[in-house]
Amino acid sequence: MNKPIRTISLFCLLLFLALMVNATYLQYYKAGDLNNDPRNRRVIEASYSRERGAILVGRDPVAESVKSDDQYKFQRTYAQPFKYAPITGYFSYYSQTGIEQKQNDVLSGDDSLLFVTKLVDLLSNNASKGGSVQLTINPDAQTAAYDGLTALGADVQGAVVAIEPSTGKILALASTPSYDPNKLASHDLTQVSQDYNRLNQDPREPLQDRAIQTILPPGSTFKLVTAAAALESGNFNPDSQVPGGTTLDLPQTTHDLHNENGSSCGGDRITLTQALDVSCNVTFGWLGLQLGDDKLRDQAEKFGFGQHYLDDLSPQAISRFPDGDVSPPNTALSAIGQYDVAATPLQMALISAGIANGGTVMKPYLVDEVQSPELDVLNKTEPSEFSQAISSSTARDLTTMMESVVQNGTGTAAQIPGIPVAGKTGTAQSTPDRPPYAWFTSFAPADDPQVAVAVLVQSSSTARSEIAGGLLCAPIAKAVMEAVINQ
Amino acid sequence: MAQNGALMGFVHRRRRGAELFLLVLALLVGIGAYAAVGIGVEGTIPADIVGYGGWLAVLIIAAHVVVRMVAPYADPVLLPVVAALNGLGLAVIHRLDLAYEADDKAHGFAQQQLIWMTLGVVLFIVTLIGLRDHRVLQRFTYTSGLSAIVLLLLPLLPGIGTTINGARIWIHLGPFSFQPGEVAKVLLVIAFAGYLVLHRDALALAGRRVVFVDLPRGRDLGPILGMWLVSLGILVFESDLGSSLLFFGLFLVALYVSTERPGWLVLGGGLFLVGALAAYKLVSHVAIRVDVWLNPLHYYDDKFGAKSFQPVEGMFGMGWGGLIGRGFGGGSPERVPYANSDFIMSSIGEELGLTAVIAVILCYGLIVERALRAALVCRDGFGKLMATGLGAVFALQVFVVIGGVTSLIPLTGLTTPFLSYGGSSLVANWVIIALLLRISDQARRPIPDLSAPDDTAADSEQTQVVKAVRSES
Repeated sequence: MNKPIRTISLFCLLLFLALMVNATYLQYYKAGDLNNDPRNRRVIEASYSRERGAILVGRDPVAESVKSDDQYKFQRTYAQPFKYAPITGYFSYYSQTGIEQKQNDVLSGDDSLLFVTKLVDLLSNNASKGGSVQLTINPDAQTAAYDGLTALGADVQGAVVAIEPSTGKILALASTPSYDPNKLASHDLTQVSQDYNRLNQDPREPLQDRAIQTILPPGSTFKLVTAAAALESGNFNPDSQVPGGTTLDLPQTTHDLHNENGSSCGGDRITLTQALDVSCNVTFGWLGLQLGDDKLRDQAEKFGFGQHYLDDLSPQAISRFPDGDVSPPNTALSAIGQYDVAATPLQMALISAGIANGGTVMKPYLVDEVQSPELDVLNKTEPSEFSQAISSSTARDLTTMMESVVQNGTGTAAQIPGIPVAGKTGTAQSTPDRPPYAWFTSFAPADDPQVAVAVLVQSSSTARSEIAGGLLCAPIAKAVMEAVINQ
Repeated sequence: MAQNGALMGFVHRRRRGAELFLLVLALLVGIGAYAAVGIGVEGTIPADIVGYGGWLAVLIIAAHVVVRMVAPYADPVLLPVVAALNGLGLAVIHRLDLAYEADDKAHGFAQQQLIWMTLGVVLFIVTLIGLRDHRVLQRFTYTSGLSAIVLLLLPLLPGIGTTINGARIWIHLGPFSFQPGEVAKVLLVIAFAGYLVLHRDALALAGRRVVFVDLPRGRDLGPILGMWLVSLGILVFESDLGSSLLFFGLFLVALYVSTERPGWLVLGGGLFLVGALAAYKLVSHVAIRVDVWLNPLHYYDDKFGAKSFQPVEGMFGMGWGGLIGRGFGGGSPERVPYANSDFIMSSIGEELGLTAVIAVILCYGLIVERALRAALVCRDGFGKLMATGLGAVFALQVFVVIGGVTSLIPLTGLTTPFLSYGGSSLVANWVIIALLLRISDQARRPIPDLSAPDDTAADSEQTQVVKAVRSES
């Protein structure tokens, strides 16, 4: 009976080989897939339990992990929750957003940059700790932005973005109404679900990061793009005489384009500078018809419309200039930032920043440095050029025109004593039954730009008649610019 | 006689010293793992390490001493491998206890398991001392078969039988619960071996040839076929897929080894495929298991009833463990339902990694290899068949359960020998090891020197056995 017994042995050998091969497949080759499965709670729990690195603004952490003595070893805490929530995002058991999500590999310690640190931890048998992320945010500017928005009322829906023109560093990024990420990071998971559902169903959309996720008609602030396209065409300069008047006859329609308050722009022929000062719809509608929608679109795209340029936060809404064949009346409307044009506050800040930087738009970024747990710098973001939107002479002309807006025009509320400020207001119509959106974009000092700001107030408790970019937004922009300059 | 002489020329060494050395290593595994659980989960070596370790050592050493006394030629590897597996299992169950304790769930399984292990070792000793020659068991061929069927029937009786996890394989008597299938397994091996060793010639030679297979006469195959069909029928009623597969495999192996006809394997394999296909088409819970096996991640979601929650959680755990594991206390093996019984391999994979999984599989491989080696060197047909049967049952059980946990094959509920929490399985497996040691002791023992009384050659055939028995007692 020995021969069949040997056959049986061989058969058993095959069985055990199959088991070993399969175990190796499962635990080695397939392990990555299994660990990346979003339903794998182990991975989430482990990261939830680990000491995550801090998110730093200046020298202070705006998000850090502190020891906890419940079922998870560490608790994520946010020092200034409402002010920084749109940037940090939240780190909950169920999901992550913002920097917490985008820089998860660094913060959790899984990033290859932290390989050496992890190896040392492994050898010394220490629990590994995540690296820290240093943001480009200027704390004073961020405070000015957030306080400026919340000063408009508890339920104001708005956003502020400030950028350093020469580098693209995002100095402030605020969005209201905000939320408390501490509540979503709580270890009481039932409470977390309830809080999340409440926030998610809130009609004021507190979880929305309006600075980068909301696109709305930019209104008159878009006239900067139209003006830039006009100057770049070579047919206009700031002193060119252009139609002013009270109405522009829109071709192919029976409608006329009116100015904001129905009055004249200060004469039938005015200079381009004057037209921007008073934000003359007639002039810019006419310019739009002169230039055509292709030139406008080209210029808008050079400033970032239709493109993705922010890697450090997601999702980034893509700003939009209407595509395809636009009929002349709609081109006129597009030229004044109405019709289908839509932009994020970040986009409008980028336009100011590009003009301020001599026409070169720098790619905006939010993560300045990645640091090891011992605070050694592992990676520093190098500023990079996003596009050359306009020539430096056009940039100079636009700067002068924008200075005039703050000096003599609709943007006087942004004036800073002793410092030249360049700016542009905007008030965009949405639907007749809704209050308009108020915009303001600016930079300062105009002769040595340090900061470019865009402010959007989407809705507030302010009376409808009072809503205008100059009134609502310019003071906030001023406060943010002052916070940066006065340092 | 020439062959006998050649055999007599080679004398197996007893190797009890080697066994003792390996047992010390095995104890290091068991006690070391227990200490590692304490350090990993609670940050300190458990306070009862001396008492616990001492008790484990006492059990193992007692088993060793008894082997030394009554089975000196027994295989030296089996006991240490079993001791290591049992010790590791206890540590993992203890680890899960601590997790359950933290979740305010029922715990204390490790203590229970230690009591079961004690009972297992006691029965191991009793078997070795009480059964000096495995051939005695041949007398109980039909008794064993009948007892196996009765045992298998017990869970179907109202009152004492209970359904757990969809399978009705448990009996409850007061505070005790028991899985009779585990014992029936051993009894069936004895019954098959006893019957087939007597009828192997008739089965192999008499009968007609149909296509490629020589079919035996009905009266030769009938009784064992009946025995097996009854067992299988009962298991089908109890929805115990794993055991059905086990008994089918055992039947085939025993038939093949005794008749030396590979046709049985072909026929059996074909029947298995037909049966499996029929079960898949006709029995709904088999179909579910197969669907879940083919597409586990799909059925993980709640909207599909989370049918694959257990296997997928196990896979997540094993993937999370990776090559070297998370370390005791570093994973969450308690997420897997029945982590300390059916799914203990996923706990090991998660916290001790692929390394430990392979090590455990190799340990099982060693046990099977040693069982089959005992069968090879065994001098009597009954012992050969029994050792092969026990080894094959062991191999199949390990394959079915680990293959199920790692999604190599559809999941069927079976215990992982020596590792899983569960008294019936642990005790039965200790007895299996005792039987294997007994057979290997018989097989490796030197043949009594029969050359001297050469002049009484006429009687030697009969005195041989008597002498062999006497020389030991």
